[in-house]
Amino acid sequence: MRHLLSPLDLSVEEIDQIIAVAEDIEKNPKKYSHVADGKKIATCFYEPSTRTRLSFEAAMLNLGGSVLGFSDAQSSSASKGESVADTVRVVGCYADIIAMRHPKEGAPMVASMYSPVPIINAGDGGHQHPTQTLTDLLTIHAKKGRLDTLTIGLCGDLKFGRTVHSLITALVRYPNIRFVLISPEELKIPSFVRDDVLRKQNIPFEEVDHLEDVMPTLDILYMTRVQRERFFNEEDYIRLKDRFILDQEKMTYAAKDMLVMHPLPRVNEIAVEVDNDPRAVYFEQAQYGVYARMALIMKLLGLEVPAC
Amino acid sequence: MLNISGIENGYVIDHIEAGKSLKIYELLKLDKCDCPVAIIKNARSNKQGKKDIIKIEALIDLDLDLLGYLDDSVTVNVIRGGKIVEKKHLSLPTQITDVVKCKNPRCITSIEQGLPHVFILTDAEKRVYRCKYCEEQLEKGRKKK
Repeated sequence: MRHLLSPLDLSVEEIDQIIAVAEDIEKNPKKYSHVADGKKIATCFYEPSTRTRLSFEAAMLNLGGSVLGFSDAQSSSASKGESVADTVRVVGCYADIIAMRHPKEGAPMVASMYSPVPIINAGDGGHQHPTQTLTDLLTIHAKKGRLDTLTIGLCGDLKFGRTVHSLITALVRYPNIRFVLISPEELKIPSFVRDDVLRKQNIPFEEVDHLEDVMPTLDILYMTRVQRERFFNEEDYIRLKDRFILDQEKMTYAAKDMLVMHPLPRVNEIAVEVDNDPRAVYFEQAQYGVYARMALIMKLLGLEVPAC
Repeated sequence: MLNISGIENGYVIDHIEAGKSLKIYELLKLDKCDCPVAIIKNARSNKQGKKDIIKIEALIDLDLDLLGYLDDSVTVNVIRGGKIVEKKHLSLPTQITDVVKCKNPRCITSIEQGLPHVFILTDAEKRVYRCKYCEEQLEKGRKKK
């Protein structure tokens, strides 16, 4: 039985295979409409979500399967003090696969230790978000035609930005990748990424605190939200939340084919005026997220790609 | 120098950094043993200047991984019939369980009951351990001399 807790749980070959299936799903959605007939996904979301939960549910429905679950810890037995270990042992009796989001880091790993069915980490605190990474890789591959030889700027909350940690962890396995990490001092990338991933593998990166200067060098600008829910101190959040705002004026510094990506939700780190710029692909990313999750569910449930 | 009689069967944990023996005694749960245990503090040492030594008069199960994590410069002499039959040199264990707790307030270990606190050695050269669940770094241990 396979789980997806971190992007490293999938080999490069497996990620390439998932991307290939996802791109085929985009072209031939009907071919996949009965692949998961009779299968059920449980979405156990202990933390609010719009895109991730709905895209998992849309993905399973598109494959012909069914969905069940909860979207709020208050509507589950977690509010009565039930442990993650107990919850997944029970939910595993009702579903064939579980997608779990939890505010505590490592909760999906605990779930995987007890679950009778595959666990997908749908975001754990400020730690990892591997299915957003599959979405991001699919978007980059679809738009750039490659996952190697890229300079990627990551901007905003790099400390608690789980999508950033997962994306870096996945991209360093491709050749000629360079990162520009743009953040205030307080929200710099954590050591488990800087030391254990970037420095350990001699991946070129620089840490800066100004966006304009580095814009012309980027193939991709990945913006992130400063997340109020990760701060214990409201004053720190207010001080940092508007540190980086991408607007049309800053976009004039960017290359003509640079992509602007964002895992969403966006608050005000990208001005609405940028939405109409053809380089802004964050809403397309949300669509790619459904294809990526469809391909992942097939992979973890061992479902074959239909012949036609 | 203070004399402690030799032991017939048991262990001598030698070359403990001076002052650390009580912590090791506590974490190895030697207070739960009913065999004779001697703690020698600030013994003279040619290499270290001064050192601590623990003598245990029984061949109990010693958690060498825990000992290696606490102080991997110590040596454990195994005594049988009054003679040293083995000298164990310790190394950093690849994993430690339920020795220290994760301090990250966002870690699942902060709320989940009955979960073992596990740290994995991720960088032996820099002596870095990280929580198995949230990857928070544990405070660095003592540098090997």
